[in-house]
Amino acid sequence: MFGRGLSRSAGAVALALSVGAAAAGCGGGDKASDGTFVAGHPEPDHLIPGNTTSSYSWDVTSELFENLVDLDKTGNPVNAAASSVESKDQKVWTIKIRPGQKFHNDEPVTAASFVDAWNYAAYGPNAFEGNDYFSQIKGYADLNPEDEKAKPKTDKLSGLKAVDESTIEVTLDAPFSQFKLLLTHPAYAPLPKAAYNDIKGFDNKPIGNGPYMMDGAWERNKQIKLKVFPGYTGTRKPKNKGFTWRSYASQDTTYTDLRAKRIDLMQSIPAAKVPEAKRLLGKNVLPRETGTFDYLGFPLFDKRFANADLRKAISMAIDRNGINKAVYNGEYTVADSLLPPMIKGHRPGACGELCTYNPTKAKELYDKAGGFKGTLELYFSNAQPSYEQWMQIVANSLKQNLGITDIQFRKIPVSDYLSMLSDRKEKGPYRQNWEADYPSAQNYLEPQWHSTKNRMAWTSKEFDGLIAKGNGASTDDEAIKFYNQAEDVAIREAPLVPLWIWKSFGGKSDKIDNITITPYANGLLAHEVTVK
Amino acid sequence: MWRFIARRLLQAIPVFLGTTFLIYAMVFALPGDPIQALAGEKPLPPAVVNALREHYNLNDPLLVQYVKYLGGLLQGDLGETFDGQAVSDVLSGRWTVTAQLALTAWLFELVIGIGLGVWAGLRRGSLADTLVLGGTTLVIAVPVFVLGYTAQIVLGLNLGLFPTAGTEDGWPLSYLLPGMVLGSLGLSYVARLTRTSIAENLRADYVRTAYAKGLTKVRVVGRHTLRNSLIPVITYLGVDFGTLMGGAVVTEGIFNLPGIGQQVFQSIQLKEGPVVVGASTLLVLVFLVVNLAVDLLYGVLDPRIRRD
Repeated sequence: MFGRGLSRSAGAVALALSVGAAAAGCGGGDKASDGTFVAGHPEPDHLIPGNTTSSYSWDVTSELFENLVDLDKTGNPVNAAASSVESKDQKVWTIKIRPGQKFHNDEPVTAASFVDAWNYAAYGPNAFEGNDYFSQIKGYADLNPEDEKAKPKTDKLSGLKAVDESTIEVTLDAPFSQFKLLLTHPAYAPLPKAAYNDIKGFDNKPIGNGPYMMDGAWERNKQIKLKVFPGYTGTRKPKNKGFTWRSYASQDTTYTDLRAKRIDLMQSIPAAKVPEAKRLLGKNVLPRETGTFDYLGFPLFDKRFANADLRKAISMAIDRNGINKAVYNGEYTVADSLLPPMIKGHRPGACGELCTYNPTKAKELYDKAGGFKGTLELYFSNAQPSYEQWMQIVANSLKQNLGITDIQFRKIPVSDYLSMLSDRKEKGPYRQNWEADYPSAQNYLEPQWHSTKNRMAWTSKEFDGLIAKGNGASTDDEAIKFYNQAEDVAIREAPLVPLWIWKSFGGKSDKIDNITITPYANGLLAHEVTVK
Repeated sequence: MWRFIARRLLQAIPVFLGTTFLIYAMVFALPGDPIQALAGEKPLPPAVVNALREHYNLNDPLLVQYVKYLGGLLQGDLGETFDGQAVSDVLSGRWTVTAQLALTAWLFELVIGIGLGVWAGLRRGSLADTLVLGGTTLVIAVPVFVLGYTAQIVLGLNLGLFPTAGTEDGWPLSYLLPGMVLGSLGLSYVARLTRTSIAENLRADYVRTAYAKGLTKVRVVGRHTLRNSLIPVITYLGVDFGTLMGGAVVTEGIFNLPGIGQQVFQSIQLKEGPVVVGASTLLVLVFLVVNLAVDLLYGVLDPRIRRD
């Protein structure tokens, strides 16, 4: 803080210029170590876990709050605030809460802390962004009537009961074997009673039950400071004295500040800077697996795409490895299944010939399907320039390998892209992107392919039935068996074909070590970071 | 003079109503559904969508929305962003950043720009003149983001003379480098305007008369020539202050300064009408006030221009 005081008193530009050299080094990462560190990321939108779907919000809330169940580094659910989560039929779940836990304001963590928070988030008129994560709990429809003008009958989920101070009973609409994993999602965090008096004020200075507490209020667009919560009794005991999330509007600037040692950590170095970062930062570049998956979807409501052979022909005419090398420096993982490798139930090569570049077979299938008539329109959003690059390569492959000459690109503004897809206004293959909310094969398959949920208008009783069987299974192995069978159906019919899985690179300073950034919603495990 | 000020302030009312309505209508006309865009990949249940649409008056036609907005405005309520913050809070937080940045850039333009202009104007055709002309042409030709990134990497990162980004070091340290980048374009125009204006006025009859009276060069240039030469420069500086306030999106982005420009940019993408209108209205008001001040300054610089 030497620089700040001096420049204030100096005032004059000339003097400040001359002290610039001394003061510039004083920001963020270069200070004499006080056991804390600074990480840079884009500004979050909310700090109430149930009211956000932004991973930048989860960066902060995952250390402020502790869910009933947490994920270990390999994506397995482990009890956190809960001492047990059990069910006989996968439909009615009984959760016991570990005694002696407190919120940052000393309020005890009870069954009601969870039940009230979930009811609040699930109640439609509260307009919480995480509302949909509670849709499997019995009574959800009463809180969110289909008719948007209707007032909900009740603001309590009928399937949610605080049996006593430390026992919750959850009744689901249908058996769901992945419920423990669902409980790891940030939206399932508890809230203290203090939250409901002034929910907006609470968003600025949330009180959680996690290993860290707010150190002052959220300084919007600037930073969020967290310090260690001394009353924390869980397993995520902090190995540092606190940390700051600093907000950046530009990833390039975040990277520049990392190089200037003004911050100690960033989770995703901009793709264009990765080669340079590897050269300059060496071991401080952190390669990260992700669960972010790109697919190519077909609008089956358009009769021209109704024939599975045509869809397979298009998929097999795409050279996934070539695109990975040309557009992504070969860093991405080319898909060999509908699931990314980090998910349990991923079978190498499950996708088979559908994902294998084979122009000859593709042309055969294309001719067998009777070819394609009219203009082939390819849809993608303008969020990143690389989407257009790979779509152009796809278009060239389709021209060369299948002889489709009339191809048009449809680059859609990012704000309209998803509503266009959900309104089914697209007239051709489109880029689909998915990142799971919790690491389960079910969370890739059901939202994207299930007949009542998919965007392609694909219907398959066989697929739906297998998913239901997996959801009702009593062991993990049995569930995965059914999910894999469902996956095979989706591969056979190819309404949505897999392309590749993203890879990302973080960066750190010399000051910190023991960095784990998981590919799940909990992201950076800040409590494990050690500071020199 | 007071009647002039009063008339100008009254003129501000229709300008205010016109700009707010125009901007509101333009944001309204932007394509896309802001509520759907909020949700990202996840579906929002109809009840949530409806609650949000009701809350932000998005179910109403344009005119009703605008009248509701104006009604709130009269009670001092500037509306709300889609993430639930009061627009007044957002703007007041960002306002200080933008004001500090614009002021730094503006002072830089004023002091260095006029200084360079006078220096070159007094020595037309000399090496100094050529340097100023060449240098300013170069700055005008280079896009601001190139200048910004270059200054950040070279002066901030490699030489360590300035902080690379952020506001943590306070004013003026955090604002020096972005201020210079932002002000460099205006500085070039100010320097060139001053130079031309000085050079022309040096040949005017009244300068010859002043020298003939036996006045020293310092007095002729400082008291007579400069004062007359500054009228176009002041006009430019007045207009430019408004531009600096609103047009710093790129600079604010590069140097991670959470200012108004960035907010307006983000809000346009999100279709956040109240924020865009609120910020623009503030900028329009600043523009009006600064230009009123400039008009009043004319009279001080050149007594022939009178206001009544």
